[in-house]
Amino acid sequence: MPAGQRPHPFMPNSVPAIKQELMRSLSIGSIEELFAQIPADHRLREPLQFPPALSAESELSRHMLGILGKNKSCEEALSFLGGGCWQHHVPAICDEIIRRSEFLTPVWGTAASDLGRNQAWFEFTSQLGELLDLDLVALPVYSWGCAAGHAIRMAARLTKRARVLIPHYLDPERRSVVANYCEPPQMPSHIAMIEVASDPGTRQLDLEDLRSKLFGGDVAAVYFENPGYLGQIESQAAEICAMARAAGAQAIVGVDPVSLGILAPPGSYGADIVVGSIQPLGIHMNCGGGLGGFIASRDEPRYAYEYPTLLISMAQSTRGEYGFGMALMHQCSYGSREEGKDWTGNSTYLWAIASAVYMSVLGPEGFRELGETIIQRAHYCAKLLADVDGITIARPTGFFKEFVVNFDGTGKTVAQINAALLERNIFGGLDLTGVFPELGNSALYCVTEVHAVDDLKHLARNIAEVCAR
Amino acid sequence: MNKPIHLRRYHAPVWDEPIVMEMGAPGRRGFHYPAGDATMDAAVGTAADLVPQSLRRRHAPALPEMSEPDVLRHYLHLSQETLGMMGISLFGTCTMKYNPRLTEGLAARPFVAELHPNQDPTTLQGVLEIIYKFDRLLRELSGMDQFTFQPAGGADAAYTQACITRAYHAARGQLEQRNQVVTSIQSHPCNPATAAAAGFEVVTLPLGEQGYPSLEALKAAVSSRTAALMINNPDDMGIYNPQIKQWVQIVHDAGGLCFYDHANFNGVMSKIRARELGFDACMFMLHKTFGVAKGGGGPAVGAYGCTAQLVPFLPGPLVTFDGTRYGISDGALHSIGRVREYWGNVQQVVKAYAWTRAMGAEGIAEASDISVLMNNYMERGLLSIRGVTRSHPQLDGWRIEMTRYSLGQLYEDTGVSVADVQNRMVDFGIDAFWMSHEPWVVPQPFTPEAGEMWSREDIDYWIAVLRQVSDEAYSDPQIVKTAPHNQSIHKLGPESLDEPERWAMTWRAFQRKRAAMGK
Repeated sequence: MPAGQRPHPFMPNSVPAIKQELMRSLSIGSIEELFAQIPADHRLREPLQFPPALSAESELSRHMLGILGKNKSCEEALSFLGGGCWQHHVPAICDEIIRRSEFLTPVWGTAASDLGRNQAWFEFTSQLGELLDLDLVALPVYSWGCAAGHAIRMAARLTKRARVLIPHYLDPERRSVVANYCEPPQMPSHIAMIEVASDPGTRQLDLEDLRSKLFGGDVAAVYFENPGYLGQIESQAAEICAMARAAGAQAIVGVDPVSLGILAPPGSYGADIVVGSIQPLGIHMNCGGGLGGFIASRDEPRYAYEYPTLLISMAQSTRGEYGFGMALMHQCSYGSREEGKDWTGNSTYLWAIASAVYMSVLGPEGFRELGETIIQRAHYCAKLLADVDGITIARPTGFFKEFVVNFDGTGKTVAQINAALLERNIFGGLDLTGVFPELGNSALYCVTEVHAVDDLKHLARNIAEVCAR
Repeated sequence: MNKPIHLRRYHAPVWDEPIVMEMGAPGRRGFHYPAGDATMDAAVGTAADLVPQSLRRRHAPALPEMSEPDVLRHYLHLSQETLGMMGISLFGTCTMKYNPRLTEGLAARPFVAELHPNQDPTTLQGVLEIIYKFDRLLRELSGMDQFTFQPAGGADAAYTQACITRAYHAARGQLEQRNQVVTSIQSHPCNPATAAAAGFEVVTLPLGEQGYPSLEALKAAVSSRTAALMINNPDDMGIYNPQIKQWVQIVHDAGGLCFYDHANFNGVMSKIRARELGFDACMFMLHKTFGVAKGGGGPAVGAYGCTAQLVPFLPGPLVTFDGTRYGISDGALHSIGRVREYWGNVQQVVKAYAWTRAMGAEGIAEASDISVLMNNYMERGLLSIRGVTRSHPQLDGWRIEMTRYSLGQLYEDTGVSVADVQNRMVDFGIDAFWMSHEPWVVPQPFTPEAGEMWSREDIDYWIAVLRQVSDEAYSDPQIVKTAPHNQSIHKLGPESLDEPERWAMTWRAFQRKRAAMGK
């Protein structure tokens, strides 16, 4: 220890006398001796070029505040960004529970050591199963995109087919993730992603195009979302699932769980595998760090045997108490390495607990009210914006919380409008320009329960002023 | 000098907490939203009108109906029924660390928690600056040229490596030929699993006499079909492969890439760098080595770093800096796109940066020293316990930050298994230890990792508890075999959860199957 270095607050054995005693107990004169295994020419000889340590919490705090204070959050502004990460209200008790040390800091436990966490995980899967109307729900994966990727691979293994149909209107972030899971054409297990056209009016799937591509053969799965990326509710969901089934393909549906208080659960209209994001269920956006994805299906062995995830199951103790254990552990990568299904590892299990708390506190009525509040406010916002000169909203209804606003008639780009809105402390909708060329100069606006009616009027007033300039 | 050790009279809370699905009462509410607004109804119609007929939910979800305080207390009870590192957790291969509460508090504030990843970069200057600066710190620790924080865990970083391996060889027109990834039997299962999921064949090297695969085995495995080597070092037994530079050379000579899985970085941080050993890429787990809370298994970050040669393949978005402003770029020419949406678990990067600044270069070097010192100190104590041996007993010398032990002798002598011992140790407030990844290379394995956060007294206590349990195994094995006795639950029954009629991944499945069994 260099002269003047104090025992570090995070390291109880960094007291010189303690280290000396420990070394004495090993009969060594220097800790360096313990690294004898590492050849000298492997060792780094120069000291690290690091800025000075900030071991005083007061100093570190000032340093961090100085940097993080340069951010402007969606709480300080009025934000209409969505698209794959959404600003919803997070109940205070969700934060309280996931900051409990017993949930926050450890890595993993057993049926015996961590009953409470296992139960909380089981309550996550159980409640999500009720929202989805499905009996088999896995512990979560990294994100919606990763969940969709795994689900498509599950379907390819189930059907031994190698094509997946995806909707034209799909989040480019999510699509890029899925493309990696589907592997490039040079790989033997490549899955071809084939786009299904959307009806230009409703933006729902074009069933004629779906039919022609579906019966071309070798389709493992039809993947669609409800609501879709542009917010549109897919009212033909049951028909799409039936068409997939008739062609021997799996119907995989991506859903927004906060819509399920008012929208039909995917299990009820024939979905085989269901995926989606848990971020809306009580998790802050965290700049995209709040994502988590779920995978669910009917409880049939052929589906269960394809899950790559951890599966927590109800079990019983020798005294008849409720307990929990992992089912089918041998089929995941921990159990079978490269012979397992895809892979698993650290995931987003803390978020599963936040979501469990969220679903418990909302209950059936909370989900209904939440869905109703969101769908009404989103439509109200669309109506206000449609009245602004130069703005077109091609689909004034048929969406849940997101909708496309077209600015072609304003003579301004979305970038210009968003820059002007930013000056007024508003984060405008996600710029879709160039992503879907047929939508022209458009943005995806997201309205949730965090937006008060006055916020929506404030947005409309400011957009009108910005567009008129 | 050491104080006498008193075995704690620990007992976990027992709340007999019902499953949340059984709780509540019809009509009870835990949360309100401002629904039922007449102005809104008049303006746009009722919510029911706005949902297409075919997509209306017909039956309310069967969620519990509870008041807010009831929900809070239920989950508080569950947290109390979780040992959750309130005891001593030496969960080897995962490097249990102190998670500074300052950074938890900071990351929970709106200036991190309430950011949207698509905000204008001018409103994200703080997090962009941290990502940029932390990248620089990891470059210094590894010698690599650029890091991405998009991979959402160590396994996701391994998967990123597999995707980059594909893109790299595809860009050279060699992907179809190079279809094999080489790893060792002691690598983490995520290495072979992600390689296979990316479409590669996996070649797994067995261990040689020295505790790591022999050079001959490697040479026999490497060919013009080799796409990459994915390897950790030291491995989970605490054995360092001193031939690793030659390994890298052999793979490079054959045209493959070399990926260093730094899962076991704690014992060697600031002692070695992946770059100087010749590697093309490496991965650090911020939720292990860099003080970020593990959350019971994520959200996590597998920070993936590589040399300039592979930078064009990194997933986007990446952070840029023009000397004044931080910006976002969408990944380079040959970018593999995304392995996960957005920039990864940004809040965890913020915490890792803060931890690294709190430690400084001296603190990081000392943490590495102490973790190795404590492992070897602990080894002396553990090997003095009846029935405990260490892997590769023929190899003398100090292990790095972990040692793989075996209770094979104890099991042979008493019939008490390592799982029984694990269950019994939790009765004394010791978090369940880690046994070993598959496959087990020694019988009845366990792998404690002392690390730098636990005091000598904690380590002595851990040793004393294992000594007590060993004594029990030899004198009264039933106590151990029927453990736990002081926990929130007793030992699980012997029924397999791999049977379709018995597994129940949700409450509704459990009720259905219980009814089918006539219970």
